[in-house]
Amino acid sequence: MKLAVLSGKGGTGKTFVSVNLAAAAKNATYMDCDVEEPNGRLFLKPTKVTSASVDTMLPSFEETRCKGCRQCVDFCRFNALAFIKGKPKVFETICHSCGGCLLICPHHAITETWHPVGRIERGSHEGITVITGILNPGEASAVPVIHAVLDDASAHEGHVVIDCPPGSGCPVLESVSASDYCVLVAEPTAFGLHNLQMVVELLMLLQKPYGVVINKIEATYAPLEDYCAQNGIRVLSRIPYSKKLAQINTAAEVAYEQDEESRKRFQALLQDIEAEVRT
Amino acid sequence: MKIAIPIDENKEDTSICASFGRAPLFLLHNTETQTSETLKNPAADASGGAGVKAAQFLIDQGADILLTLRGGENAAEVLLAADVQVYKAQAGLARDNLTAFLEGKLDKLNRFHAGFHHKQ
Repeated sequence: MKLAVLSGKGGTGKTFVSVNLAAAAKNATYMDCDVEEPNGRLFLKPTKVTSASVDTMLPSFEETRCKGCRQCVDFCRFNALAFIKGKPKVFETICHSCGGCLLICPHHAITETWHPVGRIERGSHEGITVITGILNPGEASAVPVIHAVLDDASAHEGHVVIDCPPGSGCPVLESVSASDYCVLVAEPTAFGLHNLQMVVELLMLLQKPYGVVINKIEATYAPLEDYCAQNGIRVLSRIPYSKKLAQINTAAEVAYEQDEESRKRFQALLQDIEAEVRT
Repeated sequence: MKIAIPIDENKEDTSICASFGRAPLFLLHNTETQTSETLKNPAADASGGAGVKAAQFLIDQGADILLTLRGGENAAEVLLAADVQVYKAQAGLARDNLTAFLEGKLDKLNRFHAGFHHKQ
């Protein structure tokens, strides 16, 4: 089972829920797809870490072969190529590495060059395989690193928990697309509800089953509860805003391993999700 | 000499468009023939790379000068590499900017923004 944990808003507790679900699932794989700020590794502290580069392809042009026919420029649907003074030029931040220009060039004047955009770290923590995607600062697109994490062959046969980036844009869509079930973490605030609605819209488009975890509850926020009830959205768990959990989090510990109440809560949540996926 | 201006509407007193890459139309004025034509911007609704595509379009149309309120780095790279000179226009009518340019009242645009794509 592949579980994606997401939220429109940042800071709702995606990593908290992901890390603890992975701990509850035992022999699971935790994938950090929040590649701009991967922080699950701060809690899971993986050991025996190995690292591999993530590279994307960029076209380069051999001047002697290029006849200036412009077919590559006109073919590029991403507008990543321009034709200036009889020669093609690539714009690195716009290129999607599709390789179309290589295929279309009748003079075989385009070759692939590889450009590092980030890296993947693999390690383990108490039987959990921890795979972390890390995007190099300044890179325009997180998607190639997210793909590399999701395709990583070191993932277990067991449950996979995908810790998604915040928002509802391309990086989230990529992270969610391979999942069997989505867990939406929402804060009981107007901001939390607004951004939950954006993610719900995305998942309706993708036709993914999902449920909601309300995190950091100080008092019931009726508009959020009403929204879930009126739209038939299951609230899977309600996690209080507690000093104890805050202390465990700021000490970078895993609540499942430190706190009996959390252990029971995340075991129940996982069983609940397993039952939802089976039906 | 051909002068290009991004514009909002196909009419004589159109305002200059706030965007370069995603302007719906371009006004192309030919100083030799003293004629103007209005061209549809093929990059107006591109999902990405609109600046590059719009700049490419103007080069292909033979533009020598661009009058614009702003422009992105990628568009600037294409335009400058193709020796198109970019001038800083003033918000208002396209026509007034054309007159101001011909009277030598506009300065070169030398600051380009880093683009809007992938900003969340």
